[in-house]
Amino acid sequence: MDAIILQVLNGLDKGSAYALIALGLTLIFGTLGVVNFAHGALFMLGAFCAVTLQRLFTLSYTVIDETQTDFLGNPKKVQIPYVESWFGEDFGHWLIDWSVPLAVLFAIPVMILLGFILERGLIKHFYKRPHADQILVTFGLAIVLQELIKYFFGANPIPTPAPEVFQGSFDFGVLIGFPPNAIIYPYWRMIYFVFSLLIIAMVFGFLQFTTFGMVVRAGMADRETVGLLGINIDRKFTIMFGIAAAVAGVAGVMYTPINSPNYHMGMDFLVLSFVVVVVGGMGSLPGAVLAGFLLGILEAFASMNWIKDIIPGIDQIIIYLIAIVILLTRPRGLMGRKGVMEE
Amino acid sequence: MLGLSKKDTRFLLIVIALTLLTPILLQPFPEGSGLAQFNAGYPDLMQRFAIFGIFAIGFNILFGLTGYLSFGHAAFLGVGSYSVVWMYKLLSYNILPGLILAVIVSGIFALAIGYISLRRTGIYFSILTLAFAQMSFNLAYSVLTPLTNGETGLQVYTDDPQILAGENSPTSPHLFGIVMRDNFWQPSVGGWEFTFNYGYYFCAIVAILAFYLSLRIFRSPFGMMLRAIKTNQTRLNYTGLHSRPYTLAAFVISGMYAGLAGGLLAAMDPLAGAERMQWTASGEVVLMTILGGAGTLMGPVLGAGFIKYFENIFSKINDSVLHGWFGWMPDGMEDAIISVSHFFVGKSWHLTLGLLFMLVVIFLPGGLVEGGQRIARMFRRKKTSDSDAEHHPKPAPHVGE
Repeated sequence: MDAIILQVLNGLDKGSAYALIALGLTLIFGTLGVVNFAHGALFMLGAFCAVTLQRLFTLSYTVIDETQTDFLGNPKKVQIPYVESWFGEDFGHWLIDWSVPLAVLFAIPVMILLGFILERGLIKHFYKRPHADQILVTFGLAIVLQELIKYFFGANPIPTPAPEVFQGSFDFGVLIGFPPNAIIYPYWRMIYFVFSLLIIAMVFGFLQFTTFGMVVRAGMADRETVGLLGINIDRKFTIMFGIAAAVAGVAGVMYTPINSPNYHMGMDFLVLSFVVVVVGGMGSLPGAVLAGFLLGILEAFASMNWIKDIIPGIDQIIIYLIAIVILLTRPRGLMGRKGVMEE
Repeated sequence: MLGLSKKDTRFLLIVIALTLLTPILLQPFPEGSGLAQFNAGYPDLMQRFAIFGIFAIGFNILFGLTGYLSFGHAAFLGVGSYSVVWMYKLLSYNILPGLILAVIVSGIFALAIGYISLRRTGIYFSILTLAFAQMSFNLAYSVLTPLTNGETGLQVYTDDPQILAGENSPTSPHLFGIVMRDNFWQPSVGGWEFTFNYGYYFCAIVAILAFYLSLRIFRSPFGMMLRAIKTNQTRLNYTGLHSRPYTLAAFVISGMYAGLAGGLLAAMDPLAGAERMQWTASGEVVLMTILGGAGTLMGPVLGAGFIKYFENIFSKINDSVLHGWFGWMPDGMEDAIISVSHFFVGKSWHLTLGLLFMLVVIFLPGGLVEGGQRIARMFRRKKTSDSDAEHHPKPAPHVGE
């Protein structure tokens, strides 16, 4: 029992990332009808927002500390970050320590702005073009974004630790009545899961309970009629693109302590997220979230040792295998609507 | 001639001439001159031109004619490479059995994958092929290690059986004694140096045959059927035709082309690694085909040559070369230009590729071939009749779109 719960928990963090990216992909597809292959790159850009903020906070100047000497007897050089000298040592240190969560605040405006620019500058011109063209141009865009990041940040993963408070693990089993040390779970993964639930709830709430969301949903159902009612649906959809980009971005920011960001992490996640979207059903938001968590958890189960003993290599292919089975048995995915990408 | 119309024969002859003269044509700058690094006439790169040309021609039979966008063609490339290396290990370094096996195995593989994937169209088809290719890639890395040698890559070891290898047979890939990596003629005319290499000419002949076959397919009733599928599959179904056997045949043919290309890669360099099956490799052939012009005969070859040229030549331009070029400028300006060009050459040549690819998709949906046609049309405005329409059918929305 505890082993099963542990695997479910292990699947949650990856599942959360899949769900968030798939949610953004589905939002863009449902509103604009565009298949966005650059969405993984947006996830990656979000992660590098965290890296940028961390670098900004740790910008330092060097002072020579006469009281300390290094092993050669010379005065020791000490790096003092600017933020510590500006805001006092305690607050400055806190800023550096908390740079990842703070990067969420930094990433949201950056990603929304970037989303606007991309949509108005590029995607807009591809509404009427075939899906293959949309895939191809966004694929090209993904390459460009990825290479830019590689140019500025290098090819190696950049470690971005979580705040000290959340480093390490806690005993999750004790909380739900298991003996101690049965289920040990890292703090940050729990936070990532809760955070992604929060974001998902916010997106759904926004669509369900605001006038703006209502208009967007109406536009998803019938764009033309909404336009005829005198609503500038294009502008609303552009804002939705910005929101989808921000969702991918914050998903990337919060993921950095789990996996150090590198320039190709977006592509790695993109392929899987597309599988998730298709499994969930093209154009279905709940389907994307459900399939994201489902596939994440199944992946965790498949990497258990006794399962790998029965079917060797299953952990490597489980997601694709499930995608194939689902696409062949339920062609519209788990919760796909009729008539999407089919006609 | 050869069952082709007069115009096609002329076209084929031009292609043959260009292919055979490649070692001369790609060496336009004399050795030692500042532009010599733009020469592409060395065997390794020319072989890649031919091999990836074959790969892209095959991909074009599927994507260009039927409109089914496969994101998993690299799987067949990898399977072809593995087959050839296995034949090296078991029989001998003769490449012929390996290439035959590569085509057969990749054909069977394509039949299995295509049979399942072609049940769906549009993006679902793309995802299915992608899923199969990624599965093959992951398995080749992990569980199938006895068959693929995992991360190290499959290669020939001295204790391999090689039952057909004689005492004196060459210890690198050869075709009945003709060693692929040998050059048979290295003339030096004036400052120009040319390299004529067995491996390249073998690839070139295979590529010409592959091109001829694709030309025949394009002109055949079968090719017309594939184009009909691209234009409007629903309407085709209403006429009472079952289209899947045709798409499956196209899928298998293009899979066999990919297997042949993979086999040739291993025939030039006796190695096979799992990374050849990764989806980035599938993406590369998509880039090649689109960049050159999907659905055209020459486009994919041009695209393949273009990308491989960039990959090998642009990535070699480094700081010292740039300083050599812009050395005559004032210091500040030189530094500015060099730091800007840093974005585009050397290690970041992928950026140039991505930008170029985006520009092509945005402004030239027909690829480089369409660009060439537009320029040609500008020069002969008076001749309004579009004489080349038969060669390059107009793109039409796909049924799954």
